[in-house]
Order: sequence, then C-alpha cells, then structure tokens
Amino acid sequence: MKVDRRSFLSFVIGGAAGTALSPLPWKLMDDSSIWSQMWPWTPVPPDGEVVYENSTCSLCPGGCGISVRKVDNRAVKIEGRPGHPVNDGSICILGLSGLQMLYGPTRIKSPMKRIGERGEGKWQKISWDEAIAILTEKLTDIRDKGEAHTVAAIAGSDSGTVPALIRRFMTAYGSPNFMRSPSQRDVDELAVKALFGGDGRTGFDVENADYILSFGSGFVDGWGSPVRMFKAASLWKEKNITVVQVEPRLSNSAAKATRWVPLNPGTEADLALGIAAVLVDENMLDTRAVSGLGSWKNDLLAAYATEKVSQTTGVAAGVIVDLAKGFAGANRPLALCGRGKGLVSGSLRETAAVYLLNALSGNINREGGMWAMPEADYIQWPDVATDNLASAGLVQPRLDGAGTGKYADARYLTNRLADSVNGGGPYPMQALLVAGANPCHDLPDTQRVRAAFARIPFIVSFSSFQDETAAMADLLMPDHVYLERYEDVPIGAGLAQQMIGLSKPVVSPQFNTRHLGEVLIATAMAMGGSIANAFPWDDYETCLEETLAEKWDSLMETGVWVQADTEPVADTFQLAGMDAPAVQAEGDVNSFPLLLVPYDAIQLTSGYVGEAPFMIKAVADTVIKGTDGFIEVNPQTARAAGLAEGERARLTTPRGEAQVCVHLFEGIQPGVLAMVRGLGHTAYDGHLAGKGVNINELIGPVEDPSTGFDAAWGIRAKLAKA
Amino acid sequence: MSTLDEKAQAGMDDHAAHGGDGKASGAGGFIILFFIIGFAASMVLGWVIFPKLLYSQKQQPLNFNHALHVEEVGEGCQACHYFREDGSFSGIPKLAQCTECHEEPMGDTEDEAIFVEQYVTKDREVPWLSYSRQPDCVFFSHAAHVIGAKMDCVVCHGHIGESEVSRPYEYNRLTGYSRDIWGKNIAGFKRNSWDRMKMDDCAACHKEADAIHDVSVQTQRGHCYVCHK
Ligand code: SF4
Repeated sequence: MKVDRRSFLSFVIGGAAGTALSPLPWKLMDDSSIWSQMWPWTPVPPDGEVVYENSTCSLCPGGCGISVRKVDNRAVKIEGRPGHPVNDGSICILGLSGLQMLYGPTRIKSPMKRIGERGEGKWQKISWDEAIAILTEKLTDIRDKGEAHTVAAIAGSDSGTVPALIRRFMTAYGSPNFMRSPSQRDVDELAVKALFGGDGRTGFDVENADYILSFGSGFVDGWGSPVRMFKAASLWKEKNITVVQVEPRLSNSAAKATRWVPLNPGTEADLALGIAAVLVDENMLDTRAVSGLGSWKNDLLAAYATEKVSQTTGVAAGVIVDLAKGFAGANRPLALCGRGKGLVSGSLRETAAVYLLNALSGNINREGGMWAMPEADYIQWPDVATDNLASAGLVQPRLDGAGTGKYADARYLTNRLADSVNGGGPYPMQALLVAGANPCHDLPDTQRVRAAFARIPFIVSFSSFQDETAAMADLLMPDHVYLERYEDVPIGAGLAQQMIGLSKPVVSPQFNTRHLGEVLIATAMAMGGSIANAFPWDDYETCLEETLAEKWDSLMETGVWVQADTEPVADTFQLAGMDAPAVQAEGDVNSFPLLLVPYDAIQLTSGYVGEAPFMIKAVADTVIKGTDGFIEVNPQTARAAGLAEGERARLTTPRGEAQVCVHLFEGIQPGVLAMVRGLGHTAYDGHLAGKGVNINELIGPVEDPSTGFDAAWGIRAKLAKA
Repeated sequence: MSTLDEKAQAGMDDHAAHGGDGKASGAGGFIILFFIIGFAASMVLGWVIFPKLLYSQKQQPLNFNHALHVEEVGEGCQACHYFREDGSFSGIPKLAQCTECHEEPMGDTEDEAIFVEQYVTKDREVPWLSYSRQPDCVFFSHAAHVIGAKMDCVVCHGHIGESEVSRPYEYNRLTGYSRDIWGKNIAGFKRNSWDRMKMDDCAACHKEADAIHDVSVQTQRGHCYVCHK
C-alpha cells in the first residue's frame, strides 16, 4: 500500500472533518477565552466572611479611629471610622497604606542577631528566648560594673503605657537616658511651662476659630492631627473663614489658604512680634489673660517697629498692619506655629511669639482658641523601688545634657545625642535601645549620627521594619505592628481635648514578632531583683487593663475615651522667651549664597514607619522621578546658575553634598531652595530605598540657645551644574 | 452526500480521467480508507483522548460524607452552608465551624482521624476543593437565588447532599477551573439542570424569569452586566 499525495490529503481532510465533529475545537476555543480573560497567574483574593474591626491608627501622632475591613482573617482595607471624634470617617494616605506595612516585605519577621559586620545585613534568626537572654546578659554585665547609666533608650514618643514601660525599665535599671524623637512637641511643652507655668501642651480649637494665621504650619500637609486638620481646612472653606499662611514657600497649605504671605525664611518670629507690636500700638488687644505686659510694651514697640519688621521679614509694612487688623478684628482668631508637620522642634522665641498673639487676642482656653492642656495622667504606677546600682546610675547626668545647667527646662535633647556619643558627652554610651524611631535617617546630620552609632558597642532595635537604624543594630527584637497589638494611644497632636484611643489586634501576628511591652516585662523578669519587682504584671495586656482601670471597658467598646472637662494648666499667660536671639541658618553667606529649606509632604515624611509603595506612587515626578530627587528652585536663581528644568545639579551645604535635579518653581523665593523631607532611604524595600536625597544628610541641628532644642529651619547652600 | 464526499468523488474521477490504467477503483478505495482513518482518528482524539488530556484529577484532602452529616445535623444544607447576617453566603465551612462538633474525633473512620490529626489539632484550615466555583469574571450571589428566587440547592448542585464519598475533583488544565462548570459530558450535553453551569445555562433561566432579572442591582445595567460587573 503506497501512501501517495492524494491519500495523505484525504487523511488530512478526514482528520479535519472528524475534528470539526468532535468537541475539541469548540471546547478549546471556550477554554482559551476563559484562560485569557482570567490569567491563572492573576491573584484572586479568596472569598470569606466580611467583618469590620475598629481600632486606632498610631502611624502618626494623629490618633485617628480606623475601621479595618477583613475577609476572614485577612485585613483588606483600612477606612476612617465614622463618628470618631478625631477623624469622623476620613483617613490619610499613610493610614490607608497601613496594610502594605502589615503585609509588606519591609517587616522584620523574627528576632535576629548580627553575624556579619555592622550594617552588612548578615543576620541569624534566633528564638525569642535567646534574644531575651542576649539582652539580659548584656544589660546585666554593664550594670554589674556600676555603669547602668551608660545605657540609653530612644522612643518615638513618651506618652502611653509602652513608652512608660521603657522609661520604667530604664529607671529600675538605673539609667537617666530615656529619650524621645525630637519634634515640635519639645518646644511646645517647654513653652507651656514657660508661659503658663505648668506641664502640658497646647491644643487648638481649629473648628471653632474664625480667622487662622498659620506661621508655616502645614494644615493640609500633615501638621497636628492630619486628618482632623484636613477636615478643619474644608470647614474653613465652607464657612468662608480667612486663612493666612505665612511661609517662604507656596506649599499645599499656602495654596489652600485665602492668603499666602511669603516671607524671608526663618523670620516668622519677627513677623509674629511685629504683628504683636501693631496690636499693642493700636491698642487692639485683650490683655485680661496676659501678665507683665505693661513694662514690656515699650520694649516690644522699640524692637519691632513695623518698618523694621518689614525689612527683616520681607513682608510689606502694609501687609503686616493688615494682618494685625484682620487678626484683631476677628471674633475668635487663632495663630498656629510649627513648620510643616512640626517635625523639628523650632525655637522658643518663635513659639512664644505666636502663642503671644493668641494671648493678646484674648482667646486662651476659650472656644475657637488656644488651650493650655495638662498632660494626660492616667498612668499611675507605684514609684520604682530602685536598688543601689540603679540609684547610683540615676544620679548621673544625662548624656544629652537635658534637665541640667543651661538646658534645665528641656526634657530630652535627642538632637545632641550624636555629638555626645562622638566624644562631647560626660561618659561613653555602652548600649542603646531604639523603639519606634529611626534616628539613623530622621535626625539631622545623618553622617554624624551614623558615626555615633558606629561607636556604640551594643544596639538593640525593636523596630517592626527594616529601617536604617535596625540595619545598624546588633540585636533585632521586632515589635508587632499596630494592627497586631493592643496599645493605648494618648492623642496629643494639637487637640483641644484629652483623648485616649485604643489600638486592638485586628489580625493575628503575621510573623514571629513580639509586643514590646511583653519583651520589656520578660527582660525585667529575667534580670530579676528590683527590676523584676518594678514590673508586677503577668503580661502587657494585664498592665494595660489595670492602668486604664475604669476607662478600659469603654475603650474596648468604643475605641476612644474623651475626658469630659479638662482643667487647663493655667489661664494666665506670662511673657517669656521672646527676647532670645533669632536662630540663624548655618553657613556663611559668601561661600553659600543660597538658602536650603526643608518642606514636608503628606505622602512622604512618615517617620520611622517609612513610606509604603502606595504613597511613593502618589508623589509627583517633580519631587522624585525614578531614583532622582528634585529641589525646587526659583527660575531666576536657576537662570543665574545656568540650570534648566530637570537638569542635574550639585547641591552643597556646610554639612554635605548631593546630586539633585532641578525643578523650576515660582512658588519659592529667588535665592531659596526647597527640598522635601523623608527621602533618600538606604533601607526598607526597593520602593523606597535609593530614591531621592535625605535632606538630613545636608542639614545639621542648630541649637536654640534658650532651650538646647534643634531650631534649624534651613541651611546655607550653593548650587552648581553637575 | 456530503460536500467532502463529493470532492473525494471528483478527485477520483479526475484520477481516472488522467491515469486510465485500470487501478482507478483501488486508488479510490485507498483514498476513502485514508479519509476514514483520518476521520476516525480525529474523532477518537477529540472525544476520548482530548478530555483525558484536558482534565486532571485531584483527591479531596479527606473523604466527606454528606449523607451522614445531613442526617446528623437535621436542618439540611443550611446547617453548614448558611447565609451570614449580612446576606453573604458562607460556602464551604471553615474549620471553626467543624470543630464545634469535631473537637474530639467522632467515630473511628480513617478520614475522621486524618481530619482531627492533620487539621483540628494543628489548627489548619482544610484545603477543600470547590466543585462549583465559577470563573472570577462571574458575579454570583447565592442570596439572590436561594432566598430571592427560592431556588433549591439541587437545581445547581445536584444531589451532592446524598453523596457518601467525595468524588475526585477534576479541573481543566488550561483554565484551572472545575470540570463541573462545563459539565462531565465533553460535548456539553446535559440531562439535568445541574449537569452544566456555563453562561448559557444561567442565561436560559434568567431569560425565563427576565421580568425580575434583567438589570444588575449594583450597576443598574442589563444583560451581560447582571453577572459580569
Ligand atoms: S493622620 Fe495619622 S493617625 Fe490619622 S490615619 Fe493618618 S497616619 Fe493614621
């Protein structure tokens, strides 16, 4: 039998006919359309029971109530909690991105010890028992040598039970060196003490004010409690209230304001005092609450004559008078301060000057005014009974110098930490515990901070994330993230009320992490003696429940506790702090003819939690493009330097040098450059690391001589073609 | 005579006309034979081999006896496959639901032992394979059908409630979806309403009841949008 062409064709035709009469082509056609419409590799979220769990966001000091949508045990969305006194259903971009922090790749998944060189990133996973044993042994060693005071701790905050446990641990251990990440809160607390004579903070009744004079406070850029402020800004618009933003740069807040008053960087205090002088001069004031004004009036008028202030600030004399009249003419005017998000302490002079305006308008502790809020005092634990070793350590001076000598009023001077460790301190630091803070990125003059860290023999990081500070640590003891743990969140952040939020575990811990409170209690137990005795609780939850006492039930039920009536710190405003010299920018004018000022953006500058991929995606490509970071330059300045839009340039300051791209921006004065805070990470993941420049590499702390806090508002700089 | 046959005939005529060597009818026979071989081979391929290649099988993690459970729990399917308070359908029960009764082994079957040892004590969800999961592009609400249209589970799921063992889960290698969607019959023929759950099967029923089912509740749009949002 010979298979010829015809037979073959016949076979093929037969095959085709048979195929057409079989389900094969039709079924394949159907399947391939299903396949191509739903690629099998496209992730499909599993179905399940949908529930909402209420909790409190603690990614920033805002204290918003959140409602987390869950499908079975998976959190799938974070929303603002409707009816919450802080944010009533709204949320910010950081709060919204919280799930990327919970599930993202930047988490530290287990306790680890360093096995490579510092910063090399070589770690070995260890058990929690081993981690606690290492920590206990190290701390016991140091203490037994009578050097307990050489151990320090840095926390992101000092309010709430977890920071209080760290502080208690330090006390029982015998070290005076508990520190808090610097922020405007430092100077605010000191100002309240100086102006009102008691411990507390300010609160602003922004919702009921009818004229806002903001000295650079980024009310839609993350100042105060960010979501509350967004809502307030919308309310102001609705009520047609005049909002004046005084700031050298056209920020989002300035753009949102009714009026933007640009001024020379760093002269906010002069403008505030200039306005105060007009109020005094024209007798447009309410002096009932201000004591000691009589004799001071003449000094004020002499030092802050409108013309003179106009020269210093670059604001026209007419505008100054206008602002004064607008402020005095309103029923409930309110002046705000704290640049951007309020991440840098700022000077006492500026803070006191702005608070003085509030006092002169008679709006202290009144509706729509500024409140002197006492500190929350719900943590009432018995005093620690210290043993001899601890008592000896506690009488040693602090490493940062706070609380003594010329820094007597400062609680923490974390900005002085690097200098102190690098040789300026009273004794070397032997161990450092870091929780909820990322000093290796967030403190100014990062090079110097890193050099200081390199000198500290033993560093423990409790961070949940692989941040720059964790990279420098010897021992990682990762905390749960806020969605996995119980914690009280006392809400300060400019609220004119006392509130406590409760964070509750929304999902079970995703990794082998442990609550910092538990780790502290366990370590104290392991150390035994008076340290163990200072921690009488079985676990953190017991501690929290006992501490919150009668508030616990209502917090569990509603998630937030609001103090009905708060007695203000005091009703009288004493004049203080305003005669200090102005804080100047570092660097000399001849070598550095320009000024570099940092600014904050709501999508960036999130502190130690870093920015989630979702946030980075929301940053304009005039801020970062690829890995290039931009600076804002006035077209006039750029022309003088021969630079065009998008061009690369070399930016130099007395503290460092960086490659940047130029973004021409009319909203910045000639001679001033602006750069966003929060970029230039070297840690976290590929979404964040290596993008832009960390402005802290270019700027150093400038000490306010009257407080010791960092009051740097900028630094001198020069710009050249790269 | 089919077109193909006509062509084959024409070819043969052709051949006869040109060759004329007397073997014409033998060659024609071969040609028909080859046609039949091709035809038969492709039919076998399409009807017998193809389905075997297209589908693969997996066993359920353990055997589940529906009949026994229905008898024990009483309230019918809803006892385990219930509607949640928000109206959503719970689907295949989660471990927590099972352990309400099975904290300790109940009975001494091998499957019970597997269940308790592998899942209950280890607190692991049983990775049940769902026979009836529709492709991801389909929006399906049990509530609309069971509560709204008062349909019986059997209409779509057949008599699974009477099964004593879990049949193997067959899935399409190309799409990854369960064979039950297209139906056991590769040609797509069905005898019972539950034999197949393709779009046409949904559409047929929706068409009958179109007065109430012609717009999507969510999008207010008709036709395709009722199920494809
Ligand atoms: S403002 Fe702060 S507290 Fe509120 S949602 Fe955003 S990050 Fe969380």
